[in-house]
Amino acid sequence: MKYIDEYRDGALARSIAETIAREALPNRHYRFMEFCGGHTHAISRYGIEDLLPSNVEMVHGPGCPVCVLPVGRIDDAIRLAMRPEVTLCTYADLMRVPASGGASLMKAKAAGADIRMIYSPMDAVLIAEAEPARHVAFFAIGFETTTPSTALAVGLARRKQLANFSVFCNHVLTPPAIRAILDTASLPEIERVLIDGFVGPAHVSTVIGTTPYVALAAEFEKPVVVAGFEPLDVVQAILMLVRQVNQGRSDVENQYIRAVATEGNLIAQAEIAEIFELREMFEWRGLGELPMSALRLRKAHAQFDAERRFDIVPIPAADNPACECGDVLRGLKKPADCKLFGTVCSPETPMGSCMVSPEGACAAHWTYGRFRDRARASTAQAAA
Amino acid sequence: MCLAIPIRVEALLPDQMARVTLGGVSKVISIALLEDVRPGDYVLLHVGYALTRLDPDQAEHTLALMREAAVPGLLATEEVAA
Repeated sequence: MKYIDEYRDGALARSIAETIAREALPNRHYRFMEFCGGHTHAISRYGIEDLLPSNVEMVHGPGCPVCVLPVGRIDDAIRLAMRPEVTLCTYADLMRVPASGGASLMKAKAAGADIRMIYSPMDAVLIAEAEPARHVAFFAIGFETTTPSTALAVGLARRKQLANFSVFCNHVLTPPAIRAILDTASLPEIERVLIDGFVGPAHVSTVIGTTPYVALAAEFEKPVVVAGFEPLDVVQAILMLVRQVNQGRSDVENQYIRAVATEGNLIAQAEIAEIFELREMFEWRGLGELPMSALRLRKAHAQFDAERRFDIVPIPAADNPACECGDVLRGLKKPADCKLFGTVCSPETPMGSCMVSPEGACAAHWTYGRFRDRARASTAQAAA
Repeated sequence: MCLAIPIRVEALLPDQMARVTLGGVSKVISIALLEDVRPGDYVLLHVGYALTRLDPDQAEHTLALMREAAVPGLLATEEVAA
């Protein structure tokens, strides 16, 4: 397929990785965080870590919307779906995320709640139009990539004058999450994630552009290289980061120039601004309460806001105490460090959100990475 | 979640919609987030909406930079070996 196959050339990837190995200074260690779950997935699936020299380490970041959504919001969505008049439309990713008390949307659906998996928020609007006796609530989740679609769906519902459509908004923003990862001065040393730079968001950046990262890169003196989700994109971005570190630079660079413009997509930004406004505070799994890090519907669109229509008041809910998702999302722990990993927690029976979404760090490690760990261990054994 | 795929626009439809195809599958998507989309353009499709247009010149430039970043000689050897 055009624009995909040419960026998956294994020989070229190995050759660029050799350049990384030659340019990485042997006397220093490089730790780069890939922010996005899409990058995490590509790194695991294509074995990019195996191509890198041992002193270039990748740390998984929090850029997986399903993973960072706190349990309480899933509980809210289940309560909403259990209302007899409500049809809850959701992306499939959310169906198996564990909620409080062993619940999930999947189990709620089995118990009779009207929950439907959809491909596009447009589908939710069309269901509302076709079934006027139902109230159709769309479980909106995602970073800036997904937000314009929700905004356009609200606009469409408005033009169709639908009184039976609403959005349960959980859209979150990327720059505040990057800030939360970097702004660790107030944390005890053991909780600080040490990183030398970021592989920056791919499709988020098609919407917001590369400018929002400039202040972060300058303030925290960490380079950011916006990169596509194909394996060659990631390898090239890592080389660009190594070169920046070696040259003592902390600039924002754009590897994904075929898709990302410096200013982003201005139409998408205008659509988002028309429908949404900033929340003062929003809870993230792993990162805690972050100010100005999420969106809600503007008052002018209150009729489409499920939280206002159904008086959804957040009830705090705790994660499974043994689950290490929080530390994994902040890059403090690797999936295999969690004692639930691969024992009671697997994609079939996930205990935490990082095992649910294919781009979650634990799911990616389960599907691809753990076999490499095993191969590495047996090679080491043979060598000994 | 942020998965988006490059897809070719086949025909423009009313209401800022377009017909696209990928691997023999035809689909109608929204192009409301983009200006001046033309048949033959490649766009990144995400949950039913085109997010951005792919720039063929920049795509070629990226591949050229990648080849430049490769270790000279190593690539040719591997290609022969393959």
